[in-house]
Amino acid sequence: MSAAFRTASGGRIDRSKQLAFTFDGVRMIGHPGDTLASALTANGVRLLARSFKYHRPRGLVAAGSEEPNALVTVIRDDGRTTPNLAATTVELYDGLVAVSQNRWPSLKWDVGALNDLFSPIFVSGFYYKTFMWPRSFWQKVYEPRIRAAAGFGEAPKAADPDRYANRFAHCDVLVIGVGPAGLAAARAAADAGARVILCDENPELGGSLLADPSAVIDGEPGAAWAASIAADLAARETVTLLTRTTAFGWYQDNMVGLLERVTDHLADPPDHLPRERLWQVRAKRVVIAAGALERPLVFPENDRPGIMLADAARTFLARHGVAAGSRAVVFTATDSAYAAAIEAKAAGVSVALVADLRREASPAAEAARAAGIRVDLATTIEATSGGLSVESVRLARVAANGSIAPGETIACDLVLHSAGFTPTVHLFSQSRGKLRFDADRGVFLPGEPHEDATSAGACNGAETLAACLAAGHAAGAAAARAATGGEVAERAYAAEGLAIEIGGHFGEVPHGRDASRVKCFVDLQHDVTAKDIRLATREGFRSIEHVKRFTTTGMATDQGKASNMNALAVAAATMGLDVPQVGLTTFRRPYTPVSFGAFAGVNRGGLFDPIRRTPSHDAAAARGAPFEDVGLWKRAWWFPRDGEDRHAAVARECRTVRETVGVFDASTLGKIEVVGPDAAEFLNRMYVNPFLKLGVGRCRYGILCRDDGFVYDDGVIGRIAEDRFHVTTTTGGAPRVLMMMEDYLQTEWPELDVWLTSTTEQWAVVAIQGPEAREVIAPLVAGVDLSTAAFPHMSVADCRILGLPGRLFRVSFTGELGYELNVPADYGAALWDALLARAEALGGCAYGTETMHVLRAEKGYIIVGQDTDGTLTPADAGLARAVGKSKPDFVGKAGMARPDLTGPHRKEIVGLLPDDPKCVLDEGAQITAEANPAKGAHALGHVTSAYWSANVGRGIALAMVEGGRSRMGTKLHVPMPTGPIAVTVVDPVFWDKEGKRLDG
Amino acid sequence: MADLALRPARVDAFGALPSLAHGSRFAATPVGPATRFVFRGRGPAIDAAATAFGVALPREACRAAEAAERAALWLGPDEWLLLAPDGEGEAIAAAFRAIEAPHSLVEVSHRNTAVTLSGSEVTKVIASGCPLDLHLTTFPVGMCTRTLYAKAEIVLWRRAVDRFRLECGRSFAPYVHGVLADAAAEFAVAD
Repeated sequence: MSAAFRTASGGRIDRSKQLAFTFDGVRMIGHPGDTLASALTANGVRLLARSFKYHRPRGLVAAGSEEPNALVTVIRDDGRTTPNLAATTVELYDGLVAVSQNRWPSLKWDVGALNDLFSPIFVSGFYYKTFMWPRSFWQKVYEPRIRAAAGFGEAPKAADPDRYANRFAHCDVLVIGVGPAGLAAARAAADAGARVILCDENPELGGSLLADPSAVIDGEPGAAWAASIAADLAARETVTLLTRTTAFGWYQDNMVGLLERVTDHLADPPDHLPRERLWQVRAKRVVIAAGALERPLVFPENDRPGIMLADAARTFLARHGVAAGSRAVVFTATDSAYAAAIEAKAAGVSVALVADLRREASPAAEAARAAGIRVDLATTIEATSGGLSVESVRLARVAANGSIAPGETIACDLVLHSAGFTPTVHLFSQSRGKLRFDADRGVFLPGEPHEDATSAGACNGAETLAACLAAGHAAGAAAARAATGGEVAERAYAAEGLAIEIGGHFGEVPHGRDASRVKCFVDLQHDVTAKDIRLATREGFRSIEHVKRFTTTGMATDQGKASNMNALAVAAATMGLDVPQVGLTTFRRPYTPVSFGAFAGVNRGGLFDPIRRTPSHDAAAARGAPFEDVGLWKRAWWFPRDGEDRHAAVARECRTVRETVGVFDASTLGKIEVVGPDAAEFLNRMYVNPFLKLGVGRCRYGILCRDDGFVYDDGVIGRIAEDRFHVTTTTGGAPRVLMMMEDYLQTEWPELDVWLTSTTEQWAVVAIQGPEAREVIAPLVAGVDLSTAAFPHMSVADCRILGLPGRLFRVSFTGELGYELNVPADYGAALWDALLARAEALGGCAYGTETMHVLRAEKGYIIVGQDTDGTLTPADAGLARAVGKSKPDFVGKAGMARPDLTGPHRKEIVGLLPDDPKCVLDEGAQITAEANPAKGAHALGHVTSAYWSANVGRGIALAMVEGGRSRMGTKLHVPMPTGPIAVTVVDPVFWDKEGKRLDG
Repeated sequence: MADLALRPARVDAFGALPSLAHGSRFAATPVGPATRFVFRGRGPAIDAAATAFGVALPREACRAAEAAERAALWLGPDEWLLLAPDGEGEAIAAAFRAIEAPHSLVEVSHRNTAVTLSGSEVTKVIASGCPLDLHLTTFPVGMCTRTLYAKAEIVLWRRAVDRFRLECGRSFAPYVHGVLADAAAEFAVAD
């Protein structure tokens, strides 16, 4: 059985197949080729939504993505619930479930409609005026309630289970919009040999040709011509043809964002396909063929369900075989609406009359009369009636002098209206192209482009099919020529079809109603009326940008596609200005809404960022070690044994390292191999320390400053050979240190024969620290004498480790006897296992970064980035002795000599001991001279590191304190919410001040 | 220190991850353990390096040269990635020691890990995360470059019309593998 408003034949639907769907729980039938909007219309459903502010009943206005009213939520499951979809863009599939929004308890009985009764107080700027006082009410009362009432739809609460793909693409010519102009442009560019991408938001290519039964191109019906050209293009290797793909945003240098909806139209989306794909297209040239959108007439009560654009009704009829009503009144200020009247009548709709605002009968009017349709000229609609659907309109005559005479009331269930057409200049404007105002036609058209882009067809002002095709061909040929040098022959299309009028009537129509009371809707989605805009101008808002924000016209999800020009016209008329003087609001990305998923793409969950793991990761995980994020790295934090909490595990690890031996994965440390005859000279210039005299086989702790003299990074640097150094950096600093070095090398000292290579990932590094360290490694290392005499603290040697080519350092970040064993990383897991087995056999253990932090703090070793903050010089950090003061120059030498960086007020790193030994300070806590400082008192510094030290048996801390080293032994305070904590300033070395343990 | 442990097996990062194979459309196959060096130098050292390595180091930007299972990939005006079969590291290092002109040779065999990407849809999978134009006219066979795949720095080398070698830092392998798998999923249907 066919739906009530489905025509007997025609339309681009498959009548042989039925698709069942529900809207607000009511089951209905549609066909493949339907949108949700057309299927609902076919079933006689015209109430689709409630308006934003007044909750007025609303139906369809348009047939495309510019639809302002019919926003629905489509539900597949908890995670696949998409709100705010224009029903006109939702392709029907079997089993589709859609619900209406912004109503309670139901669409027909909506409590919010009370707002409409109180609309005189809900004027524009109502929020700003009403919710100003009492001031304290804003945060607690007004804002939460307004937020609850505001907005359409509801975001899904479950995680989105779908995948979203990304594709970078390049082409010579990108064609946006595949109507007649776009097809001609793409064909010309492809014929010229260009690589072409063309995209269109619709499932079917052809644009206006699909809705115009009168179109004929080169002897073929328009839709058939479009299909054959599209098929020809799709078959070419050089052409990428994208349907259901919206060019939503223009970014710099002809980068255009496209959103391809891959599976939303499928009843059962297959698992292997992404739901959507974001295309990031870099095009040498872009042809914008975005067409034009019909502009509504602004008349009293023009928002009732059943009042829609004439072109939308034509589209429903031609594409979907749906008559939008049974008795129509057509209200127009332009010729093309007559076609809607004639086509509707031919489809069996009773057409009561065409009310034409214009005074003269055009040939189109004569043709309508010839077809038996009543045409009233100089006629306006000054009232409509109806509840959940329009039921009648009241006509009025507009005399030559502008006076209005009330006319008859006509019963109808459909009002088709058209003011003319507005070129779709959104993308051109996004591309920072200048718009020019065509005063004759009263429209904004593309002017001087900013990017390599051309507009062709209706979006550039073309009104006939022949003109669109010719402009498309010319633009495609020119774009291909500019991009590739390719040529294509002239092509003349023989074309006939419905012409549209670019321009037409703007703003509120004449009517006899009280202009201060009657609702003539301009922006239907945000419930902005002509009187709201007049109010805004009366209140002093002169710029359209201000009018827009005060009234919120054009700020809804449809971005005012259908309303902006009317809003502008009403504002201009009220102020007695020309339209260009009032200005045009900025067109912003995106053209239509884009899901968050498409922007997120693969960047979520486990792929949100690369997760870098060291070779020992699996072994640590198997022991239940939690991991600490350090940059992108996962580092084992501590290694809990049976029943140990964090505190117990760290305390045990700390004691074990000092008493026996500990094993620590240091693979994440940055490493740079510096090689060349000038390697020592280069390092001597980069680091504050002297390096020229460092012997082969010896290491030095290096401090790297920026040229402002502040500590930037640090690490141990070993001299492997006369011309080869192994430089280590902090874990987080590795890439930026390499960049900085390369930068200096290329720009400051290109004469140096030295080269840098990152070896961070080449080496797996395991540190063995503690009195038994030598005992642990001795059986595994060959080719080096491990005795302190032969291989003292701060030595390095290439040797064999596990029989592999390795690099052995004798270094310590704990103050104990220590080694760091480097082997090629693919053997790292084996090295870890071998060393840990040896260490555990001797009573040692694995330890993590937390224990490493405590042990180094016990020794007063700083961590750059934790104990420094980018404003400390080496002297501030207590490392003045490392600076090679006799060196002629090094990075930061001039910077750190600035008077302000050398005075007594500098913040210096010191140790702190809380008076209460059980107290562990909070890192980041402020330090003051007085226990209870006055509010706003100057802080002397802050705590940078604080730990429980199991070895010292008390809480210890490092801190940055103004003039810190001159305060040794003095009492300071750490004011906390629970009360001040008294601390004593001490030397930052809490363990083995003499450094005797370095030799075991 | 006599009892040296047995030399352990090499665990290549990509080799430890599952292969991706979607018929003729797309496959990601680990290259397996390989020998890699970064050679840096200028002038006469470049010619000497060619002799030592047995492959002429390309002077044209972003081009690779191959000979007898060895390859030299241009990464910068003074930087090449040298590739050779696993186990040739010590021999290559020895050959370069004869070069007198200043240069730098650093072994990075384990720093990188590599995967071969192939199939009729291979450029689409790569284009999911690589912003370069992979068309044959702009990225011909024999071209190589440092670039990005999603958030990972990679070296991409086109070996054939539908075959690439992707090198990345070893710790980035699981991430690169994950993004490849996600992008290739839509080609995971039977031929």
